[in-house]
Formats: sequence, structure tokens, C-alpha cells
Amino acid sequence: MTAVVDSPTLALSRRSFLRVSATTAGGLIVSLYFDFPSAAQEAGPGKAKVYPPDAFVHIRRDGRIVIQVNRLEFGQGVQTSLPMILADEMDADWSQVVAELAPAADEYKDPVFGIQMVGGSGSIAHSFQQYRELGARTRAILVAAAAQQWRVAPEQCRTESSVVHGPGGRSAKYSDLADAAAHIAVPETAPLKNPADFRLIGKKTRRLDSRPKCDGSLKFGLDLDLPGMKVAMVAHPPVFGASPKSVDDKAARSVPGVVDVFEIPMVKGRAVAVVADKFWTAKQARDRLQINWDFSAVEREDSSQLWEKYKTLAATPGNVAVTRGDEKALDGIASDNRIIAEYEFPYLAHTPMEPLNTTIRFDGDRAEVWAGSQFQTIDQAAIAEVLGLKPNQVTFHTEMAGGGFGRRAVPDSHVQREAASIAKRFAGTPVKLIWAREDDVQGGYYRPMFMHRVEIGVSADGTPLAWKHVIVGQSLTAGTPFAAFTIKNGVDETAVEGVVDTHYDIPNFHISAHHPEVNVPVLWFRSVGHTHTAYVMETLIDELATRAKMDPIAYRRKLLNPDAKKLHGALTLMEKESAAWRANLPHGHAVGIACHESFETGVACAVDVSIEGNRPKIHRVTIAVDPGLAVNPLTVESQFQAGVCFGVSQLMAKGAITLKDGYVQQNNFDTYTPPYIMDAPTAVDVHIVPSTEAPSGCGEPPVPVISPAVANALSRLTGKRYRSLPLVTV
Amino acid sequence: MQTYNLTVNGERKKVPVDPSTPLLWVLRDDLKMTGTKYGCGIASCGACTVHLAGVATRSCVVPVSLVGDRPIVTIEGIGQDLVGRAVQEAWVSEDVVQCGYCQSGQIMGAVALLKGVPQPTDRNIEQSMGGNICRCGTYVRIRAAIKAASQQLHEGGTQ
Repeated sequence: MTAVVDSPTLALSRRSFLRVSATTAGGLIVSLYFDFPSAAQEAGPGKAKVYPPDAFVHIRRDGRIVIQVNRLEFGQGVQTSLPMILADEMDADWSQVVAELAPAADEYKDPVFGIQMVGGSGSIAHSFQQYRELGARTRAILVAAAAQQWRVAPEQCRTESSVVHGPGGRSAKYSDLADAAAHIAVPETAPLKNPADFRLIGKKTRRLDSRPKCDGSLKFGLDLDLPGMKVAMVAHPPVFGASPKSVDDKAARSVPGVVDVFEIPMVKGRAVAVVADKFWTAKQARDRLQINWDFSAVEREDSSQLWEKYKTLAATPGNVAVTRGDEKALDGIASDNRIIAEYEFPYLAHTPMEPLNTTIRFDGDRAEVWAGSQFQTIDQAAIAEVLGLKPNQVTFHTEMAGGGFGRRAVPDSHVQREAASIAKRFAGTPVKLIWAREDDVQGGYYRPMFMHRVEIGVSADGTPLAWKHVIVGQSLTAGTPFAAFTIKNGVDETAVEGVVDTHYDIPNFHISAHHPEVNVPVLWFRSVGHTHTAYVMETLIDELATRAKMDPIAYRRKLLNPDAKKLHGALTLMEKESAAWRANLPHGHAVGIACHESFETGVACAVDVSIEGNRPKIHRVTIAVDPGLAVNPLTVESQFQAGVCFGVSQLMAKGAITLKDGYVQQNNFDTYTPPYIMDAPTAVDVHIVPSTEAPSGCGEPPVPVISPAVANALSRLTGKRYRSLPLVTV
Repeated sequence: MQTYNLTVNGERKKVPVDPSTPLLWVLRDDLKMTGTKYGCGIASCGACTVHLAGVATRSCVVPVSLVGDRPIVTIEGIGQDLVGRAVQEAWVSEDVVQCGYCQSGQIMGAVALLKGVPQPTDRNIEQSMGGNICRCGTYVRIRAAIKAASQQLHEGGTQ
């Protein structure tokens, strides 16, 4: 980890360079190009050529400063916080800053992952330095331009709020210097601010995209309207991977407004596409399709049978993920001092509020795409492949997305491939593919089912002496380009993260995993492995604390490695901030505690829970978080306040996707139900541990802690253990 | 195909459309007013909420043929209303939105609530807003913004 304060000046990486050019519209644009490590480049299937230069910063003559955001904005707030970083270093007038979501292009690739993407809570963590350097160099060019005009040394100038001030009271607006600055050579290095001089970074700053999201004017991908545009819907196989045996489309074609009905390939199996003038026409036509499906070549999965299979697997050791200490340590521990726990986690669907969609216009030798994508590089390459083009022949616009939670980061780009297969038949006509909510809920790409079997041997002082843990669940990355980075010794780290890297000191620690193959497509879901591993670890640690008759915070502190500074700091702050209400709980309420580190962010929480109508009622949550330097503390607060509600999803009575005879049994929000306002915590107070460390992620770390904290509170109220999710009843 | 005369945000609109078309899709696809959102199509998420003769209504399950002469107000028009404007401003100042996709419906629901119950309790808020899903989970700030708008309207009204 890099301490921010230790590096006020950073040399420009040899792998990166700046390009400055004047635009035809006037004004200065600055781009910073990175040359990525070759290993990271291999993470993506396509190796797109460098695009014509796109700008990170455009200083317009009217004073507006347009900053390109190299990420999808889908709620996490980077459309505000990344420009804050750049604007701070360049001393821009924040009220004049406009943020734009950058299209797919090499210069917008994640500096660490090597592809353009949002994931791994890396937006700020990976681009903090990048955006600081961009801002500092932009400022340096503007200062040099002013200094040249005034025939003074740049050191004699200072900047503030989009103005360069020079000796003798001279001043010039950035917008008036932009043309001259375009002819200035970009310095190899530019001094970065001392953090004490930050004016935006670290200050609570409201979102730039609020107002258009409150008056209906903001256009999401689904809202796109292009001249002559058609709407497509797809009848997907009801069992994953199946294909139509026969299709009777007479009734469908008779719906006025239907343009065409035809079969398309899927990543696995085939489907039937309907293209029409409008959504309602397409939907009516699709509902009238008579399709005989051929299930002969596909496995028809069944949740109850899968649990049986997983249970058998969990009883045997899997591929070794971690082995530390004596493997036979458990044998020496009396059965009275052993805990055996089996946990079940169902499939979960992400169900972002904006249903999945992609619009493509295929023009023969080019294509244009509009999509809210977390994986621009990968989706662009997939569309190009389907259309028989090169990635750089596909212009890819990043559309604002209504949530995602991982669902728009799909290694096989199945939605984009569908859209491309359809658009290919309508050269020159833009086609918008819309997935109905039913397609989304039933369409797979779920957080996998997981079973954990944990055997713990407890020492005389109540701490775990031996810990044997088997995790069973599908690999998220097997068969994808990510496997080279995530699968080691047959273990997919995305399935075991949160257990293998626990900060609890457990001397004899043996973790293994099985990854069965199941005919259900799976995908990362906000906080990935931590969705289930944190639940297992934090409910078991709480059980051990109860068994040891210790305070759950004190127990955790005792068991946590002293090096886990972020967790210790978060625990201490949470303990202090929640002390008053924890000491004054109403009758029938209980406190639940959990702490967990993910994506290098330490989180601790205390929840106040009672039982109402057989359901947990979450009255209050106190969260303490150490995310390193909090770039926008308001975003951090919002992410945690809302992210814990997202985390409550897996406690919902109807919070599971299940299969019977190959069919998904849920199809919309009435059968797969995310939290409504009454299911979410009534109040959430968020406290940030002051830090000068480099920023770490905040998008995913809110999710893991809440469900074990609530379960721990329920256990204190009922004496029961909650090892099977969803929480159908308390 | 039939032609319907609709009053949307005070303007008369003539729409030739299949009678079974839900009001939501008439707004979005025919009138190109995309502020009202599609989330589920079965009245389970509230993203499509509009006011139909002042009543918060899930436009995804109301066929255009049943609208009749009831005036329609959508997110694009709610700012013309005193309560609507107060709610929108509170949403901005409380920094409620995240992805923002559900917020048109949340705001339409909140305006209807405040028109019926000017100073709602937490329980009133849960009852009235209990059918609107925010997948990001911005509920804590939604509560705060409703209370802020209520207070602002109350103070404004007594001045």
C-alpha cells in the first residue's frame, strides 16, 4: 500500500505518455496513454488497436471543463469522484466541471486490469493516481502557457478555480489559455499537490448526475431512441442451453408492427428473436410464439438434487486452497469442543433495476453500439466477432446504466452477442435488444449456489485451534480468459476469498474447494465470494464468542491478527460510535456484530434487530469503514448506507433462485424479491476512519457484513443458528 | 389500432395505438417520454409510477384503453407542482440517487404521499413507499428526503 502523503511528486511512468492537441472546436485536450503489462492485456480476448486520441480533459472556450470518466457509472458515484480527483489537481472551478462517460478505447482501460471495465471495486483504487497525474499535467501546461505570455517563470504563477495568477496581479482564465496551452510540450513530471492542499478530494461533494436523474431527463441505455430504430426481444430456452426443435411463428408474425422472427445462436443453445417497431409489439409477438424445445442435449438441473450432490462433495476434502499447521489437529480435540457447521447459499440474481439492453447499428464495414457495460473492451470485441469486424470498427458508447452489481460484466458477452446476431440482419437499422424482467430473472448468470462445511476444534480459552473448511460451488472463471489469474491448484479464488485470507489467527487452518460443473451460467455478484464467505466466517466467529461467553467485539479483537490494522481501526470506531445505543436497547431487540475486510477495505458494523412478524426488523446500523483516503466521503457514506440494503437481499424470504427439472422457478419480483423500504435498515450511520493511505474500494465492501450481523442478532434473540439462506423464517 | 386523446402534464396528446398497450409503453415508445421507467411489467417495483387523476399508479399494468379522460402527470411534469418541485429539490440536496433508475417512480410515490400525508411518520413512509424497489438500496436517503421536503413545504406554508 502506498501512503499518499509520501509522494507529492511522482515521475511519469515510462510506460505512459501524454498527447496534447488542439481540437477543431478549439480548446485543449489532454490524453494520457498507458502501455499495459502484457499479462493484463491477455485478460481480454481482443487486443484492440489504439483509437484516434480521445480526451480526458477538454477545456472549452465557455469555461466548461469536460472530463472523461474511464468507467461505467451505474450508481457507484465514480462519475463524480474521478472528475473530483482530476479537477482538484488542476485547480479547476468545480462548478464548471462536466463529466462524460468515455467510449470504449485503449486509453480508457483500467491501469491495473488492462481492459476497460468496472469491477473488483477498482475504479478509484486503480485510477486515483492516474487522474491526479492527468490533472497535474493539465495544470502544468496551462501555467506554462500563462508564464510564456507574461514572460515570467512558471514558478511565479499559482492557480485557483480555473484561473492562473501571475506576478503583478496578472491573471488569465484557463479557457483563455487553452489554445496557447495546446502548443506547449507536456512536462515529463508535474508536481502533485500536498494532500493538505486538496480542495475537493476528501470533501463531501454532491453527485453531478442527481438532477437529471430526478426530473426524468437522463437517458439510460434503455431510453435510447434513434431514427428508424427497431426493438428486439428474444424467446430464450426455458432450460439453459436448449434449442428449438420447431417454431410456429404464424401468430407472432400476425401482430401488427412485427418486422421479423428468426432463430439466433446463443453462447450455448439457440433462441428465437422477434424484431418489431416497439416494445409492446415485440412482447406480444414473443408471447404468441409456439416453440417446441429440444432438451435432449442438456442437463436439467434441480436445486434439491444439487444440494444432495454438494453435501456429498463437502464431506470430502477438495483441492487445497490453504493448508497451515497440523492437518490432524482436529483429531486431538474432544467432540464436546468441536463444532460442525454446514451452510447453504442459493443462486442469486442481480436484477439491476434497468433491464439488460444493448442497441447496435450495423453498417457493413462498421458498427455503432450503445450499452451500459462494465466490460467495454470485452463486449466490443464480442460484437465485432459476431459482425465479422475488428474491434476498432465498432464504436462503443458507454451508456449510463441503471444498476449492474456485476451483471453487466459478463466474460462471454452473451447479451451483446445476441444483440449483434440480431442487428447483423438489419444493416443500416439500429436495433435495441431488450430483456424483459422475466428474461433477467430466469436468464442465469447467477451468483452460484454454495455449500460450506466447517469443522472447528475449540481450545480451552475459547479460540479456534483447528479449522477445516470445505467449500463447494461452481467456478466463476473456469473457461473464461480470467481463469489464468484466478484459478490456482484447481481452486477458483473467487469462491474462497474471505476465508483463505481471513485476518483471524487460527493456527491449524485447512481450506479446500470443489467446483462441480452445473448447467447453470454463473457470474460475479457484488462482493463476489465475500457474499457467502463473510457470512460463514462472521456467524461462526460470533458463535465461538457466545460459546466463550465473551463480548463479540472483544472476541474479534482478541482473535484478529495485530497486522489487520484496517479491521482493528474499524472495530474500534464502530464500538465507540455505537456504544450509546447498544447500551440502551429496547426490550426484544438484540445487537449483531460483524466485521470483514474485502477489496482492501476494512468494515465493522453493529445492527439493532428485533423480530416483527417472523422477519428481522433492522432498526439501526452503525458502520465504521477504513477505505484509505476517502476521495468523496459523501459517496462512501451513500455506498455503505445503500450497500447494506443490497446485502439484505440474501436474507429476504423470497431471496433465492431455485431450479426444478431444469426450469428456473422464479420469474419476476413477485417470486424473487429484493428488499423494499420496510425490509431495509431504518437508519444507517457511517463513520470513516481517518486515513492518508491510498484509496481502496467502496462499491462492494458494504455488502458482506450486513447479513451475518443480522443473523448474529437473530441468534441472540432466538438461540437458533441460521446456516441456510435465504432466511425463509426466523 | 385505436386513437386515444390523453392529457399528459397538461398537454393534449393524440395517440394511435393498440388498446392493450400499457400506458407505460405509450409514454415511452409513442410519446418518447422516457422518464417513466420499465422495471418489472407486473406492478411489483414501482419504477413506472405516474399520477393518474392525482393517484400514484403503476403505468405498466394500465392499458391505455382504461385511462379515459383522467389527466396523467409524469416525472417530466411533476416539477410544475409545488410539492413535486419540493420533493425533487430534496432528492438533490439529500444526494439520494445512485444508479437513479428507480427514482422517477420513488419521487412520484413520495409526491403522492406528501399530498395525502403532509408530515409522514416512518410507518407512513413504509406503507406508502413499500411497493417501490430501489435495488441500490437508497432507502435511508429516500426517508430523509421525504422528511426534508415535508419540512420545507411546512415551513414554506406557514411563512
